[in-house]
Amino acid sequence: MPSAASGVYSDVIRERWRKPRHRGEVPGANAVAEDVNPLCGDRVRMMLTVGADGRVERAGFVGDSCAICTASADVVSDLVVGRPRAEAAALDVADVLNVLQSEIRPTRMRCVTLPLSVLGQALNASRRA
Amino acid sequence: MRLDEQTRPDFPVLERIVNGHPLVYLDSGASSQKPRSVIEAMNRYYERSHANVHRSIHTLGEEATELYEVARDAVQRFIGAASREEVVFTRGTTDGLGLIAETIGRTLARGDEIVVTELEHHSNLIPWQLVARDRGAQLKAVPVLADGTLDMAALDRLITPRTRVVAFTHVSNVLGTITPVAEIVRRARAVDALSVVDGAQAAPHLRLDMSVLGCDFYVFSAHKMLGPTGIGVMYGRRAVLDSLEPGRGGSEMIKEVWIDRAQWNDLPWRFEPGTPPIAEAVGLTAAIEYLEKLGMERVGEHERVLTRQTLEGLARIPGVTVYGPPVSVDRGAVVAFAVEGLHPHDVAALLDAEGIAVRAGHHCAMPLMRRLGVVGTSRATFSVFNSPDEVSRLLAAVAGLRSAL
Repeated sequence: MPSAASGVYSDVIRERWRKPRHRGEVPGANAVAEDVNPLCGDRVRMMLTVGADGRVERAGFVGDSCAICTASADVVSDLVVGRPRAEAAALDVADVLNVLQSEIRPTRMRCVTLPLSVLGQALNASRRA
Repeated sequence: MRLDEQTRPDFPVLERIVNGHPLVYLDSGASSQKPRSVIEAMNRYYERSHANVHRSIHTLGEEATELYEVARDAVQRFIGAASREEVVFTRGTTDGLGLIAETIGRTLARGDEIVVTELEHHSNLIPWQLVARDRGAQLKAVPVLADGTLDMAALDRLITPRTRVVAFTHVSNVLGTITPVAEIVRRARAVDALSVVDGAQAAPHLRLDMSVLGCDFYVFSAHKMLGPTGIGVMYGRRAVLDSLEPGRGGSEMIKEVWIDRAQWNDLPWRFEPGTPPIAEAVGLTAAIEYLEKLGMERVGEHERVLTRQTLEGLARIPGVTVYGPPVSVDRGAVVAFAVEGLHPHDVAALLDAEGIAVRAGHHCAMPLMRRLGVVGTSRATFSVFNSPDEVSRLLAAVAGLRSAL
């Protein structure tokens, strides 16, 4: 029996939490970063392979994270694949919220933004390398 | 009459409807709700008697000073301190522990040792990390056993003649473990180490008696025990306070000042620089009077019943793990749990949709989370106004969670 609580998250978040498309290691990833959300201790590692042409070829993530953070990491992975590095780095929270289709309370906004900030760190690290 | 039947009308917030449901507030371990008497006492103070304390030679200043010092007497009575000079007001538990660490820290030398435990809230860990780093002291932690209790054999090994401080919690804010305070104090004193007890989770629930616990310092906050935010208590044993230089300076804590030196004020004001939290002290007095009227034995027994009901109920729900000592062991009014396949933050968000407020996350105890092998947990904590019906609502909601995501 679905409880009153089942309406808390959008179908997109619930679907991406149950069956994320990009969860898992990315062998040969050349842009990798990991960070934690100090509020809850959630940890996300984003892994990308950036091709010689500067386009993101593959993306994935691993970590301990809540439904919102997991769904965000999955959506971010989706959105960056095929994009040039600069375009991937320019993704912002509105792009992710647009896909998540869910009202996110201020206290949970960090759950959405953590994967984005880790993405930025990963792309920065690979540029320096 | 059951305690909650008596107390619930006193808490205005309990009339709230949250997300379409009557509020079930199970987060008093983070901060409790306030009875009307506390709110009204503070309002009355601000409306009639507010002024600065101690050096105001006018009627309002005298009233404010009287109210502020009456709070000290109330605390002395509430915790069984030998004298009012042993009761120092702080801004809260974190502030009190920081003050103690800074004050004792100045007396530490390279190679001295500080012993804490793996149960500690970050507030009783980080100040000691800072002191250890500054003074070249060594920080050691007593491990937690699988049943959530402290490894007392390890404690014996970790306390050495070089130990200067043993700082530990009275009640774990995650597991609810009640530590053997008097026993740990005895072992600390055997090597002339100071004992510092974090009582944030104990003061709201246990009858406290400093003469029985015997510790050198005992620290807690008003806001977890029905009082306001912004004020806490640092109890210090008279002989120890007398022997220490003040950790922090400013107004109020001096008798006479020259450009290059000062003479310190008497206890307890020596440790209270600046304008103190006066309205908050008034609120704390009202909170203590409220708890005393109920009786701390009765408060403790009520919360034990709710805690047991929660532990036994959660144990019957498939996929739920409960942390901490077994039901047979006495614990604080804290139950941390996990629901298989669900992140603690999602558990809290889903319960909130049913009007139930619980805490979720690392509970400012990351080393303990690491020991438990989890990122975080969900946590229900209880106060005088919680009812068995509310626990039933929690249990029913938790039972439905796994199908909710």
